[in-house]
Parts: sequence; structure tokens; C-alpha cells
Amino acid sequence: MKRFDTKVQYLKFRVLSEVTRLAYEDRLLEGITDIPKTIIPGKVPTMRCCVYKERAILTERTKLAMGGDKKNPNIIEVIDIACDECPVGGFEVTESCRGCIAHRCEEACPKGAIVFTHEQKAHIDKDKCIECGRCAKVCPYTAIHRNKRPCENACKVKAISMSEDKTAEIISGKCVQCGACVYQCPFGAIMDKSFILESIDILKKSCGNTEYKVYAIVAPSISSQFTYAKLGQVVTGIKKLGFYSVVEAALGADMVADAESRELYEKGLLTSSCCPAFVKYIEQEFSDLTEHISHNLSPMAALGKYIKSRDEKAKVVFIGPCTAKKAEMRRDEVRPYIDSVLTFEELQALFDGRDIDITQCEEDVLDNASYFGRIFARSGGLSDAVRQGLKENGIEDFEYKPVACDGLEDCRMALLRLRAKKLNGNFIEGMACTGGCISGAGCLTHGEKDKDQVDKYGQEALEKTIKDAISILM
Amino acid sequence: MKITVCIGSSCHLKGSRLIVEQLQGLIKENALEDKIELVGTFCLGQCQTGVSIKIDDTLFSLAPEDTKSFFEKEALTRL
Repeated sequence: MKRFDTKVQYLKFRVLSEVTRLAYEDRLLEGITDIPKTIIPGKVPTMRCCVYKERAILTERTKLAMGGDKKNPNIIEVIDIACDECPVGGFEVTESCRGCIAHRCEEACPKGAIVFTHEQKAHIDKDKCIECGRCAKVCPYTAIHRNKRPCENACKVKAISMSEDKTAEIISGKCVQCGACVYQCPFGAIMDKSFILESIDILKKSCGNTEYKVYAIVAPSISSQFTYAKLGQVVTGIKKLGFYSVVEAALGADMVADAESRELYEKGLLTSSCCPAFVKYIEQEFSDLTEHISHNLSPMAALGKYIKSRDEKAKVVFIGPCTAKKAEMRRDEVRPYIDSVLTFEELQALFDGRDIDITQCEEDVLDNASYFGRIFARSGGLSDAVRQGLKENGIEDFEYKPVACDGLEDCRMALLRLRAKKLNGNFIEGMACTGGCISGAGCLTHGEKDKDQVDKYGQEALEKTIKDAISILM
Repeated sequence: MKITVCIGSSCHLKGSRLIVEQLQGLIKENALEDKIELVGTFCLGQCQTGVSIKIDDTLFSLAPEDTKSFFEKEALTRL
């Protein structure tokens, strides 16, 4: 069964697993320069102009796998030499234009930007074009094409621009670290920094969990990942990597749902704080609305805090679908509770780097949270959980009106309405990724059935209510 | 005295919540809130047996239905 969606992910994975292998064997320093040749051994290029360029790019990937540019605070980085400098320029009429008589394009254009050459062929006046795309939609020959870079198209916060040498450039004050561009760039020219080395270091220095214990907090979206094996086998695999215990982040989500419902009742209006990219987006683009951001820690941080309150020496590594969590980990209010963050892609690389075939592992169990904590992984789940939280807290004199937004464009619309005091709701659930965390950039695969898998996983939870799940936390 | 109940996945599925709730009740009934500290932990490394419980540093394995007798026999006698 397929493990990744694209070959770009596979390449990144190969680099990450080679770095893992060397790090575990304490041979990183001597072996690092051999990584590109290990992955691309032949003389015939399969992706770029020559194997030397392919290897040069792998060298850059290796740097990112080892933590990337320390001077650049951004988690997401552009690999300049990997950027294909895709054409830009918006809508253009291609050779397919037949110079027809109907001129639907001209009729559809609201700005009169379509003009015709002496051969009756359409041409777009760039000064007038507003890039609405109506002409492209109506052309019977689909002769109008849009040149927009996949990275820019993926970035809904407009944090990607073109540098002077035409390579993509990330504006770090605008980037919210959601990683959409990482997944969308067809050349793999944008990559998230990896903290696999920090994580391996934490595991190694624990000396088999004797110096301190290492806990893995696993995001509920794992239910839609590693579909080639059973979830229980993934848990065993994580423990084989050297983790002492694997705990569901969904238990932290239960804690958040309980606290957030009470906070909402008290304040009357809230925007969620679970998704670090959404929080960052509000802070950067809607700073006048930051007062509405829930004061709750994210499920990851809330659970990390609990674990450390019970085991002072504990080290906590979060494993999830999210690149923005790597930035959240550095926030002042989160730093004490989370020691490292890994994505599912990186977890797969750790397995392979350690030669752990999870399909051959025995099945362990993973059950700490309720149905409601688990469904946080998909859009609408947090809203459902807060509704349940209100109910379980006996709050009846409050008309709950959630607005579940997935994708930053959706979030933007809701925030604009909130700013204009026209929001028909009192709770904004904001998730930067379309569909919620199950579409996170650090996922191995992204599929339509993912939501159903999350719901199924939710229903399998032993605890059916939030209070039952958190009553165990003493 | 410190009673630590394992709330890791394996023990959770074996009923650690039921044990925690009973212990909370028993501590209250006996007015021992000042003397017994009840805490949770993720995994005590004994996943193959029943729900793992520690009284200070002594490890026990327990089934939810035995909580009351365990409390009387092992906890109260140690106070």
C-alpha cells in the first residue's frame, strides 16, 4: 500500500531516514556528505538536468533535516536551487484560442480587459485584468490559462513572493507556518525544518528511559495515517524507537473542550486556540481581535503540562500532522511543556532509519481520550466538543453558535465578519488546513476518507464523555 | 502517603478510571484528604497485569472490583 502521496514526500523521507540512521549510529559527521549519493547513486538523472544538481538539492534537504538555517526563525524554508522558477503573470490566452465569433470571454469579463488581435484572437489587457477567472471558465476551448505558482496559490496568507532572481521567497512576518506550500510545491522546493536530531538526542540521552522518561503525545489525526498497518502497531513502533509511553493528544483536547466551554460562557465570544497557524494568523493580520483568542493552551501543550506536573524530569515529544506545531513549541507559554515536535512524515523516517517494520510489530493499545477529544482532528470536531462541554458543565442559559472554519480563507472571512461585528456566531473554530488537522502538511497521505476514519476512531474510544475522560486526571 | 494510579492506555482500558473514582470516594469517606495524595501517571511499566498502582514505592496490580478491599488492606493499614 502507498505510504506517501507524492515522490517529493518520498525524497524528503529518504533524506530524513538517512539522517536518522546516521544519528542513531553516531556517524552523522562522517556520513553526512554521502547522503546525496546514497539516495541518487547512478549517473542518469531522473528528476533534474543532471545528477549533480539532484544531489546538490539533496544536500540542502539534508541541512533542513538537521534543523535548517538557525538564523532564520521561520520553520518553513525555500530551497533556492530546487525552485523551478515557475512562470507567473496571471491569466493568459494560449495558442488554443481559435479566434471564434462568440467571444464569450469578452462577454464574461467585468472589466473589459479582453481585446482582439487582427487575427480575431483574444488577448488580455493586463492593466485591466483583475484575475477573476471568468473568461477562463467560459471559453469553449479552455484556451485561457492561469500562470500562478503552486506555492503562491497554496499560501492563503500571501506570504510567498518572488525574489529578484525569480525564486520563491517567504515573508517571515506573514508566514503562519501552516506548510501548505511545502505540500503543494511540485518540485519540493519548500521544506519544513526538522527536529529529528533533537528528538533522537532526547531519546538517546534518556538511556532507555532511566535518566528521565520520554513521552510521545500523538495527535488524533494518526487514525487516518499509517493505513498500511494497524494503529496498535504504530504505537509499538513508537515505543521501539525508545519512547517510554505513548499518550493521545486527544486527552489534552478533552481538557481544552472542558475549559474552553467554560471560558466561552464567561466571555461570551471566543476564537479557538488549538491551531497554532490560526492563532498566528490572528496575531499577525487581525491584531485588534487578539483579545478574543481563547487563553487555553492547545491540546498538545495542555497535555504536556499535565505530564510534566506528574513527572518533573519527563521529556515530551509531540507527533502530529502539523508544521506549525514546530513554531508553537517555541512560544513562551508552550516551551516549558514540549521538548520536540515531529511530523508523521518524520515518524515514518524514524521507523525506517531504525529498520522498524511496523507491519511486523505486535499491536499495543492507545486509549486515553473520549470521542470528543479524538474528533478534534477534523473540521467541526472542536465545535462539537465545546457543545458537549457546555452540556456536561450544565451550562444551559447560553445560546451556542459555533462557526467552524477550515482553511485560512474561510478563517479570514469569519474574522472579517467578527471585526465588522457581523459574525453570526460566538465561537470561531479556526483550522488553517482545509478539512482540519487531517490535511496537515506533515501527513503521509491526504485522502477523502480521512474524516470517516477520524470519526470511526472517535467512536472506538472507551470513554464516551469529556468528563469521564478527564476525571482520571488527578 | 502517595497513591499513584496508572492512567496509561493499557490500564485505562482495564478500568483505571473506575479505580480512581472509587479511591477518590474512599479517601473522602474516610476524611483522609490531608493524608493521602492521589495522583495519575502514564505507565508504570507493568502493562501485562491488572491496573498498576503504587503506594509510595510499592507496586500493586488491581482489578476495579477489588478497589475497596485493597484500600482497606493496603492503604489504611499503612497510614
